[in-house]
Amino acid sequence: MGERVVERTEEVIGAAMPPARSWVGALWLRFRRFVSRIPLHVTLIGLAIIWSVPTIALLISSFRTPQAIAASGWWNAFKIPFHFTAANYHSVLTQQGMGRAFVNSIVIAGPVTVLVILIAAFAAYAFAWMRFPFRGGLFLVMVGLLVVPLQMTLIPVLRLYVTLTPHITLPVLGGNLFGVSSFPGIWLAHTAYGLPFAIYLLRNFFGSLPKDLVESAYLDGASDVGVFFRIILPLSVPAIGALAIFQFLWVWNDLLVALTLLGDPRLYPMTVNITNLVSSFGSNYQVLTAAAFVSMIVPLIIFFALQRYFVQGLLAGAVKG
Amino acid sequence: MIGRRWWAPWLWLAPALMLMAAFLVYPSIDTIRRSFLGPTSKTFVGLDNYKYIIDNPAPLLADTHSAILNNLLWLVLFTGLVVGIGLILAVLAARVRYEAVAKSAIFIPMAISFVAASVIWRFMYVYDPHIGTINAFVTYLGGHPTAWIQNTNSLQTWFTSLGPTTLPHPIQIDNSALIIVGVWMWTGFAMVILSAGLKGISTEILEAARVDGANEWQLFRRVIVPMLSSTIVVVTTTLVIQALKLFDLIWVMTGGTFKTDVIATLFFRESFLVQNFGVGSALAVVLLLAVVPVMLIGIRRFQFQEETR
Amino acid sequence: MANVTFEHVTKRFDEVVAINDLSLEIADREFLVLVGPSGCGKSTALRMLAGLEQITRGNIYIGDRLVNDVPAKDRDLAMVFQSYALYPHMSVYDNMAFGLKLRKVKKEEIKRRVTEAARTLGIEELLKRKPRQLSGGQRQRVAVGRAIVREPKAFLFDEPLSNLDAKLRVQTRAELSKLHERIGTTFIYVTHDQTEAMTMADRIAVLRDGIIQQVGRPQELYEYPDNIFVAGFIGSPAMNFFEATVKGEPESPQLDAGPFQLPIPRQKAAGLVKYRGKKIVLGVRPESIHDSDFPRSGVIPIPVEATVDVLELMGNEIFLHLISDGTNFLARVDPRTKAKPGRKIQVLFDLGEMHAFDAETEQAIPLDQPL
Repeated sequence: MGERVVERTEEVIGAAMPPARSWVGALWLRFRRFVSRIPLHVTLIGLAIIWSVPTIALLISSFRTPQAIAASGWWNAFKIPFHFTAANYHSVLTQQGMGRAFVNSIVIAGPVTVLVILIAAFAAYAFAWMRFPFRGGLFLVMVGLLVVPLQMTLIPVLRLYVTLTPHITLPVLGGNLFGVSSFPGIWLAHTAYGLPFAIYLLRNFFGSLPKDLVESAYLDGASDVGVFFRIILPLSVPAIGALAIFQFLWVWNDLLVALTLLGDPRLYPMTVNITNLVSSFGSNYQVLTAAAFVSMIVPLIIFFALQRYFVQGLLAGAVKG
Repeated sequence: MIGRRWWAPWLWLAPALMLMAAFLVYPSIDTIRRSFLGPTSKTFVGLDNYKYIIDNPAPLLADTHSAILNNLLWLVLFTGLVVGIGLILAVLAARVRYEAVAKSAIFIPMAISFVAASVIWRFMYVYDPHIGTINAFVTYLGGHPTAWIQNTNSLQTWFTSLGPTTLPHPIQIDNSALIIVGVWMWTGFAMVILSAGLKGISTEILEAARVDGANEWQLFRRVIVPMLSSTIVVVTTTLVIQALKLFDLIWVMTGGTFKTDVIATLFFRESFLVQNFGVGSALAVVLLLAVVPVMLIGIRRFQFQEETR
Repeated sequence: MANVTFEHVTKRFDEVVAINDLSLEIADREFLVLVGPSGCGKSTALRMLAGLEQITRGNIYIGDRLVNDVPAKDRDLAMVFQSYALYPHMSVYDNMAFGLKLRKVKKEEIKRRVTEAARTLGIEELLKRKPRQLSGGQRQRVAVGRAIVREPKAFLFDEPLSNLDAKLRVQTRAELSKLHERIGTTFIYVTHDQTEAMTMADRIAVLRDGIIQQVGRPQELYEYPDNIFVAGFIGSPAMNFFEATVKGEPESPQLDAGPFQLPIPRQKAAGLVKYRGKKIVLGVRPESIHDSDFPRSGVIPIPVEATVDVLELMGNEIFLHLISDGTNFLARVDPRTKAKPGRKIQVLFDLGEMHAFDAETEQAIPLDQPL
């Protein structure tokens, strides 16, 4: 059904052509149609190219020496003599702390994604398939929370964390055990911030599963837990996949929360690291471009490999800020 | 389900409810409380913080008026451009065979962080035409290179320096430069969602309109756009919320200098650099108040959806 | 293996009363069909038994056990849903094994039961497939197989044949009847199709607006319907109803049914004595109306004139839609009939098979000595 609709939309939205009488006429009509669509193609392809230019500029420049960057624009990079180098990446990963920041980004985003999915799935299941008092009201409040700006929560959370910080180090990962400049602290905060959207998304999806299936499972002998793990979860993989990608990228690309709750530079994720690089190395573009690209690699890979899920996640919840 | 113990649902909900209460509900109420207190949240100051925002007594330290105006600028320009361009792109892309590829190219910037985007575009905006792509393009066409981000002149003066045409309103160049980055990032989002909405329009309606004699532009204006109105509303509300909350992009590109401050950057500076929790909280509340109407629209849409479920 | 009892069961959804004081005893090993039009509450009754709906008032017993508050998973019942409700992410084998796995039945036992059920239903080759790879009829069998494997106290069926095409439906009806013979467990079957009820049931319970109209064996309901609703519901095409007044002398009573004046047969007169001068509703089944050219022996024929409106050719008989002075009725006649639309024709009402109902209460008026 989807395929057919797409093809027809293409035919119909791109004006339909009247039938021709002879093969010469047909050829002429096709030529005319092609010509009349040239502006369309030019506009579309042109815009697509313009859109890609900035990213390409960055990528190319990140492989050039500082002298090359200062001397000529990146569009000249392919003229001989080539001056491509990997020195920028080396410097950025080892000296500017990007290597460590990369690890930190993973350490922060990974567990949060897992936590959000688990906790949200439990809650979404209750909202979708169980009856309890205030169910409607509670869900409405949660939907409202979707829109509350992070800024409304940061000062109190930070102050709370300041008082709750034990000066004990977390083994292996580093940082405090909890509170300010701690991984557990930022894990909990990010998880909480991600819950409203995740619960909203999953609850809609869980609720759309056929009631018959759940009832049949009850009769077959499944308890709530059984239905959750054996029926609901396996059938929700696409939604959970989309959510995972969305949540992971959101945390990976976050600046504000990390900036507020992490004071220790050894814990900085890449976003914070780059921000500091920009303020200290404002015009050293060989460093900045390489650093930026290191931070972009993972999202870009996820995007290209899992584009379908990514788009699904967006489509499902265009309310999250 | 019969036989389910009354406390069972609450067990499933507990972790989520506790986290949201601790990190969203309680802090929001606390912030409102702090907005009526002094810089260290120890003294009661009534509405002084809000008066500070409205009176703007120290524009060189914290220009609240400029910040609010900038937010409005973002709201109008950012949202308008993203929805407009996104819509056009969605309609155009639907007509070609390489639709998926074209959409991907426009959509990629959504994956990267605002921080990375800032770096990319700082690079594009560099003054030196040997390095900065945009100025290189401008000089190639015969114009003068411009300091895009640092330029607080209005577009009007910039255009007059080029030629005879003028713009009626003084939109600042540096703000526009930042808005362009935002548009670059978010148009893909609007395009994808509008594209999906487009595919939901039954082709029979379009065919009927064509048979009735509508040309492409009329079709677009009178059939496609009205039928997409609910999708457009969804996209617009999301974008408006984004525009109001925007922090990362501006913080990295200009740090709020050159009159590009918005409420979110002002908030950060007041709260964590100046450490004035009173004013900071008040700014956060202002942000919330700006977002509330959008939230109401969202909830109403949500309730409508629930009824038709 | 158990009997099922509904004791004064009422179900209310907010303002709407779906089931109103339902009391019904279903015997062990019985094939009981709950039948009625959409919205009559038959599915609700089934779901309350299954444990999928709360009971507002009353009690339900499975065997001797009161199950009002027993969760569905502990009632030891199996249900075949209208949509089959097969788990899409599991193979046919896993679908059938699901309930057993949950109850921690041993793997060998699971395998034994599943393969045996699959063999009974003819779906052995399908065990590895996923539901989306099966046809409607195959899915239905898997649903039945899933229930069989559980060896429950009773089988519940919620309109399981509705999604099958007509031919498959006929075939499956017979198979379900055979299955019931073979397994011998209580079958409680819900449908809106009276044909399914008539062909498969040991007993039928007719439901309307949440109230039982009549419970009895198929033949009983057909020959001795308790009220107009049951009379019109059971039997297809439906019984013809005529408003009539009882007239004439006590020795030769007549029915004044508008366009027809019908003498009442002596055998039937006794019950109508009380109704002299009063209105009743006369019920005559289409199969009791014959073309006068092709009379049947052993009937009490009363000739009636009417105009032919439409003919429906059924192959082995013809449905004749007739009009007489504004009254429409239907007759099932011999296919050799010379009836043509617009022509007048004489038909014979076999009043030996007539039914009479009180015009106000809609209850049947007993005309014969009860058997």
